Amino acid sequence: MTCELVAIGASAGGVQALSHVLPMLAADYPRAIAIVVHVPPRRKNALVKLFSEKCRMRVKEAEDKEPLRPGTIYFAPPDYHLLVETDHTLALSTEEPVNHSRPAIDVLFETAADAFGPDVTGVIMTGANHDGASGLQAIAGRGGTALIQDPATAEMAAMPEAAAQACEGAQILTLDEIAAYLADMVEP
Amino acid sequence: MTGETVEELEIQLLLDALYRQYHYDFRHYARASIKRRLLQAQRHFGLDSISALQSAVLHDETMLPNLLNYLTVQVSEMFRDPSYYKSLREKVVPHLHTYPSLKVWVAGCSHGEELYSLAILFREEGLLDKTIFYATDINPAALKAAQAGIYPLDRIRQFTENHRLSGGHSSLSDYYSADYGRAVFDKSLRARTVFSDHSLVTDAAFAEMHLISCRNVLIYFDKELQERVIGLFAESLARRGFLGIGSKESLRFSSHADRFTEHAREDRIYRRKGR
Ligand SMILES: C[S@@+](CC[C@H](N)C(=O)[O-])C[C@H]1O[C@@H](n2cnc3c(N)ncnc32)[C@H](O)[C@@H]1O
Repeated sequence: MTCELVAIGASAGGVQALSHVLPMLAADYPRAIAIVVHVPPRRKNALVKLFSEKCRMRVKEAEDKEPLRPGTIYFAPPDYHLLVETDHTLALSTEEPVNHSRPAIDVLFETAADAFGPDVTGVIMTGANHDGASGLQAIAGRGGTALIQDPATAEMAAMPEAAAQACEGAQILTLDEIAAYLADMVEP
Repeated sequence: MTGETVEELEIQLLLDALYRQYHYDFRHYARASIKRRLLQAQRHFGLDSISALQSAVLHDETMLPNLLNYLTVQVSEMFRDPSYYKSLREKVVPHLHTYPSLKVWVAGCSHGEELYSLAILFREEGLLDKTIFYATDINPAALKAAQAGIYPLDRIRQFTENHRLSGGHSSLSDYYSADYGRAVFDKSLRARTVFSDHSLVTDAAFAEMHLISCRNVLIYFDKELQERVIGLFAESLARRGFLGIGSKESLRFSSHADRFTEHAREDRIYRRKGR
């Protein structure tokens, strides 16, 4: 038995945006959450420690071949792409950067779309580049749900703007609305 | 799980065809990554589908080297993850000093970055002259580049920084000469290296090693294939020989795990048990 997936991409300003949303989700949140944040390659992963302290869900760094579990938040390790396999395990890779980034949001989103079809929700948050736009389109194209942080409320508007342009069917929401949406959509 | 798409079926058929026609076996590589790279290849060749790619490569053998460059990931760096090399220096080299001669296998050597890093480290530690290196890969173009040992000069700054962080006690510039924007590494570093085409998937053990370094190769294999390869490493190691793998790879879930002890846990260096 596997669970549904929420895939989130965030860049500049992302830590704050995530701090707004992730702590609102319950410890027994019934989905897995996989997250790519653009971070400098040679940094130890500070995100896991930071969000473990803030969140009720379990927070960890994604490991290669690890099965996705509900109630768990997985962060891509610095300098590795994070991918989702069709058997709902995670995979890491040192392939070339995509959109100048490793990890890249597009890589996570495109593979998540393949693996989960309608059972994935993609979320694009603040950022100063265009990563994630085509990945979000791929998610919507396979029947998944696409959410974008309202560029007007984002610290950096470029990334959500690019995503909104690429993915017309996406819903544009504030961070509060995103949190509510993620929390609500799993209620009975 | 969503059902198999036509594209996934096409990928499976292409991988079967590559194996049956050319004996390159990518059938048990991590699929999400293979798919991305095959789609890149399809775009590169200007083809409409993976089936068209399959047809093209079956009828035109000269496409194969180019396709291999897509199917294998050639991203590497000298002294990548400096702490791995630091651990080798501090925790493995002292043991290696106790042997009269050494065999070291760099499996999946790509363009040679890992091989030259180890050769330089072995020279610094006074081990190079008693060591035979085996550098293997399945990609002929990569092997050729490894044999040449030439890298663009603009990569050297990163290599130098990594080397310093690895505890190097000489200057990296002692080992190469700059030439028209390229760094040409000293050929004495590879004087005792055997380069060969060897697949971890389809080939067997070929010598008894004191150290195997195979970084960021297992990550591209599925669980089943990882099992085979870790077994192959266990068979290829001398008793109490060392195995180093990539920083996000692990023996933890392998059925062969109990044939090894963790020697430097954080840096993923394992040691074959004595018996
Ligand atoms: C990402 S590179 C790793 C380079 C280097 N070891 C490092 O960590 O920087 C992966 C290498 O494994 C090679 N490879 C892939 N499949 C292989 C196989 N079945 N047997 C041997 N080498 C393989 C690829 O051609 C490529 O050179």
